[in-house]
Amino acid sequence: MSQPATVRPDERPAVWMPSPPSVWSVAATVIAALLAVPILAVIFSLAHPAADVWQHLWRTQLAGLIINTLGLVAAVGAGTLVLGTTLAWLVVAYDFPGRRVFEAALILPLAIPAYVIGFAFLGTFEFAGPLATWIRTTIGWRLPDVPSGVGVAVVMTLVFYPYVYLLARAAFHEQGAATLETARSLGRSRRRAFFEVALPMARPSIVAGTSLAMMEALADFGTVSTFGYRTLAEGVYRVWYGMFDRVAATQLATLLLFFALGLLLLERSLRGRARFVQSQRRGPGVTRARLSGARGLAVAAGCAGVLGLAFVLPAAQLTTWALADGGLRVRTGFIATLRNTLVLAGTAALATAVLALVLAYARRLAPGGAARFVTQFVSMGYALPGSVIAVGILVPMAWIDHEIIGRLGALVGRPLDLVLTGSVVGLLFAYVVRFLAVSFQSLEASLVKIPGSLDDAARSLGAKIGTTLRRVHLPLLRSGLLTALVIVFVETMKEMPATLLLRPFGVTTLPIEVWERTSESLWSDAAAPALAIVAAGLIPVFLAIRLTDRSWGPRHGPQTPTRSDRPGKPGPLLDYRRPE
Amino acid sequence: MRPLPTLPAIAAAMLLVVVGPAAGQAPAGEVVVYSARHYGQEAAFEAFTKKTGIRVNIFNGNTGELFERLKAEGDKTPADVLLTVDAGNLWNAARAGLLSRVDSPELQANVPASLRDPESRWFGLTVRARTIVYAKDRVKPTELSTYEALGDPKWKGRLCLRTSGYIYNQSLLATLIRRHGEPRVEEVVRGWVANQPTLINSDTKIIEAVAAGQCDVGLVNHYYLARLVAKTPAYPVAIHWANQQTTGTHVNVSGAGVTAHAKHRANAIKFLEYLSSPEAQQLFADVSFEYPANPQASVNPLVAKWGKYKADDINVAAAGELQAAATRLADRVGYR
Repeated sequence: MSQPATVRPDERPAVWMPSPPSVWSVAATVIAALLAVPILAVIFSLAHPAADVWQHLWRTQLAGLIINTLGLVAAVGAGTLVLGTTLAWLVVAYDFPGRRVFEAALILPLAIPAYVIGFAFLGTFEFAGPLATWIRTTIGWRLPDVPSGVGVAVVMTLVFYPYVYLLARAAFHEQGAATLETARSLGRSRRRAFFEVALPMARPSIVAGTSLAMMEALADFGTVSTFGYRTLAEGVYRVWYGMFDRVAATQLATLLLFFALGLLLLERSLRGRARFVQSQRRGPGVTRARLSGARGLAVAAGCAGVLGLAFVLPAAQLTTWALADGGLRVRTGFIATLRNTLVLAGTAALATAVLALVLAYARRLAPGGAARFVTQFVSMGYALPGSVIAVGILVPMAWIDHEIIGRLGALVGRPLDLVLTGSVVGLLFAYVVRFLAVSFQSLEASLVKIPGSLDDAARSLGAKIGTTLRRVHLPLLRSGLLTALVIVFVETMKEMPATLLLRPFGVTTLPIEVWERTSESLWSDAAAPALAIVAAGLIPVFLAIRLTDRSWGPRHGPQTPTRSDRPGKPGPLLDYRRPE
Repeated sequence: MRPLPTLPAIAAAMLLVVVGPAAGQAPAGEVVVYSARHYGQEAAFEAFTKKTGIRVNIFNGNTGELFERLKAEGDKTPADVLLTVDAGNLWNAARAGLLSRVDSPELQANVPASLRDPESRWFGLTVRARTIVYAKDRVKPTELSTYEALGDPKWKGRLCLRTSGYIYNQSLLATLIRRHGEPRVEEVVRGWVANQPTLINSDTKIIEAVAAGQCDVGLVNHYYLARLVAKTPAYPVAIHWANQQTTGTHVNVSGAGVTAHAKHRANAIKFLEYLSSPEAQQLFADVSFEYPANPQASVNPLVAKWGKYKADDINVAAAGELQAAATRLADRVGYR
């Protein structure tokens, strides 16, 4: 996933190497081992290979499913990379009409479940939809059918680009003005400075965001089935529901793990051998270039276009359906549902961030080693469809309930019901497993940019590891941490499959309400809870924007960009090293 | 990892024993329902509570996932009743031992034999017909006859189908396989595929596509058309009862069974008996446009206007037994 070290080992004083396993590495190993259980459960399904199902798939469709999946993942990767990075650069480096609003609002598509956007898209653009009907009746053209693969790729790009946008935006902000100004003073145009300085330096963040989007595309079932596009994830459910063979389905899901592994390796190689240390001396924020007149309006129109397609259109479509059907309806208990959703999402975001921090930090302290392997392993869970991983959690938890807790209860003469199965603990555990990759990617991308010399300085001044983390790293990690919190919060808030399966009896969340209606094609009834997810998602999004703005506020003193490559492999930025 | 220290482990276990909910304390007068059906039953549930004083607690989910949860919970499950759609799903739950036999003369009398498990582990409660719909202005009803005939080249480019992964299509194919055998059905589905059907993953959208002229005929569950006609009486799409001269129109059920480890078994049986009674069946039919399983209840007037039809009287359990075969058949002939 990343380079093993932010600091070359030879730069480290010998005392730095934590010789006995430190508290950090023990904690990281324990956390990772727990989080690995559901993924291992998926892999262990291979112990009893369902030979006939595999043979059938091999003969009929496996190749097609793999090609479809790879095509989709590649398209979504390219789409989110370009769209997310471009938008992030525009809002950070330029000033144009409506910039401040766009900077926050461009995150919003993340708050709508992908399949809802997909359905709204279909509703608008399909043959029987208002647009095609209007064109047919007034102009007389019959629009060509859009291949389902194209539709899915466009929708997923629009839903998942915020990952790249959020991470890239944070990276560009962190670079500060001096980075750009230095490049400019060396005669680079703003555009060239972007390609030669800002972009390469933001590479860990951009690549991390893109790989998250690609893993989402791997795991997605709702959107592909809405469009009738066949992918591996869709194949998993086809075997599960259609052949009543959950074990064979789980085995098929292990293929997704392979792709995820491939992605993570690709990400690592894309980060390259370069190290992305960035001096953390505070400098002024990026000076925005004003885009006036037509150019400013064009950029604003571009942002509005993206937002219109990815957010306004689905929201408007939902509202229209609801209004046509007698207005927005909320069920009784709506407030409790809203509260459940917010509390679960908040807790999951915090828990995930803390655990991801421990893992990322343990990896910084003892790079290489087991920590690297386990964090990589645990991150793969993100590429599994939610209900596959949920079953991977359900089965071991039920086992503990029956075999351990149940027996203990019998020993003391008090038979127990299920304690873990269907408990909040189990549900939160599922969220952490599912979204750890998000939190970890975001934190790790920020952490690698902090030079190891800071660690050394703090240590030489007598600070313990905990103190160093608290007083040196955490303040510098602020934007990465906030990004992690926001994404996991919003993701949890719209999570459906794992919640559906693992939630405690009587607990309902907003996405469950959406699903209960959409599964019966009652789309007009789904509008109220779906819009509530969006509305509730606004709070953390704007809060995070405000908080990061503050931390990227006026800074003092020059900032020095440095990027060191392995000796003998000078990067394009070598010229700017130590410009003082 | 070091093994957990013994003392803290014991302490933790004690704590769990003390704070954990004890078994057998569930309040009387309750029935817990795991439900994969989320529409149209509320009125019947409320009426049941009013009549008996027994509270109905519902836990909604997808069939596949509810099934896993029920299985994982084993003998500790809180669920008394599993309510789901599609006979294949009910068959699968029974096969996995999740449902228990219920010998109730009332249920036997209320639910026709073809709509319930021959071994009395589940009972169909509502009936849905999966049949042909067509554009009134472009198709004459006389052009239509059977599911099989939709493979006729005259429908090339005029057919809208749901993807084969959709459970109601799988059940339709499964019952056709029971009637005709795999080779014949494979030929039929090859015919459908050769007609290059537009695949749309929503019954409602299929009907809308027929209305808008994207295709001329489609294959859907009848109540989706009923919902649209209820909103727009002059809707330009009509229903055709398939296979009237031959095997009868394919019907499927939503239904329920009592779980193998029900804590409130007596209540659960009472609940199923009530749901199959004419009174509850009427409530189902009024709201959801489905056909009541109990012939003593009357059909929703809007649906009744479509006339009586001959339903395929093959036991709907066939859908489960042959569903995997149906899925594989679809894969083989390239029906996505």
